[in-house]
Amino acid sequence: MGLIEKSRIKSPWILHFDNSSCNGCDIEILACLTPLYDVERFGMVNMGNPKHADVLLITGPVNRRTARVLKNLYAQVPDPKIVIAVGTCASSGGVFHNCYNVLGGVDKVIPVDVYIPGCAARPEAIIDGVVLALQKLASLRGDKK
Amino acid sequence: MIDQLITVIVALIVAPLIGGLLFGFDRKITARLQGRYGPPIIQPFYDFFKLLGKQHIAVSKLQFIWIYGYLTFMVVSLLFLVLKLDILLLVFLLGFAGVCFVLGAFSTKSPYAHFGANRELLQILAYEPVLLFLALGVYAQNGSFLISEIFKQDKPLLFTLWPLFIAVLFILTIKMRKSPFDISTSHHAHQEIVRGTVTEYSGPYYALIQLVEWYELVLLLGIIALFWTNPLWVGILIALGAFILELLIDNIAARLTARWMVRLSWSVGLVLGIINIAYLYLTKGVA
Repeated sequence: MGLIEKSRIKSPWILHFDNSSCNGCDIEILACLTPLYDVERFGMVNMGNPKHADVLLITGPVNRRTARVLKNLYAQVPDPKIVIAVGTCASSGGVFHNCYNVLGGVDKVIPVDVYIPGCAARPEAIIDGVVLALQKLASLRGDKK
Repeated sequence: MIDQLITVIVALIVAPLIGGLLFGFDRKITARLQGRYGPPIIQPFYDFFKLLGKQHIAVSKLQFIWIYGYLTFMVVSLLFLVLKLDILLLVFLLGFAGVCFVLGAFSTKSPYAHFGANRELLQILAYEPVLLFLALGVYAQNGSFLISEIFKQDKPLLFTLWPLFIAVLFILTIKMRKSPFDISTSHHAHQEIVRGTVTEYSGPYYALIQLVEWYELVLLLGIIALFWTNPLWVGILIALGAFILELLIDNIAARLTARWMVRLSWSVGLVLGIINIAYLYLTKGVA
């Protein structure tokens, strides 16, 4: 494993995007940053800028309005990148799946690498999902399109 | 000549290593102060190499010229320090580096980058006069702008230039972009004005920005070490002490507005600087 591949695992910068979530999963994501879980010890930093991010953490079902935003954000994250759907709603649409304005899970709009189930997904599950995603990230190459 | 060449090469290689480690130390200390465990000390190097391996996304071709300009001016001003050349020119080169950074942000169309660039200009307005006064203070004390002349003096600069030392400590916070003056781009609050001046840099170019930051930190701590050059290790200890003081201030202070930054740095920095230089000229006679 080369230096860059190793560094990729050691420093996943996260972009958190809320589609139309009830905020339950968002609170759990923020809980990961608190002293109790402290994901920064694995080098994870919550970025506010898609251009600096490696991992997209997406919560909530995609609706017609956020689909456009989500595609835009996905395009702005430089390769190699990983998309994680956090929570039942982001994975499949959850209880909102038949709503007139909801398209469904995140995978209806952009390719998803890891699904984290749970309503709301627990911080342990989120950290576990990111670690799973990192194993995939390590095998990706920088020139992946 | 060969000696100087070796000094240059060693400085170019060692400075980013020290800078990166100091930034890792910064993140660890900050985490501990917040009751967290924190990332490993070498985390900045992981970030750096990861960014090098990412995709190039060009927002504007011009910003790459400015980012290389930023790197070049910063490295040259560091070389002025290690080769013990003119401190006045060093201050001007540092100013050019800052201007390159601002122009890099202005060369994109992002409103966030423009916002950050405007604030960065205010930061330059706040720290540049104080650095200029430092150079003038060194001249008033030694009768020369040369850093090599500082090394020849037995008596440390700190004894006569202590008001300027306080002023330089003050602008160190602005230059390191730490709270309460992290207004143009912030190390911690990534969500505010997105990332300010560095919003539009991604992948390897953002890695370059980090490299410049490491050079800059070493340069600033080197300038602080000039206050006690005989023996130099005391100066280095003072510089490290100043660095830890900055981390402490960063963690206990809330952000101030840009207007307050300029007001405070001018009222503290400039007043201390003018009093210091005026006192030196009065006691030593007008040169």
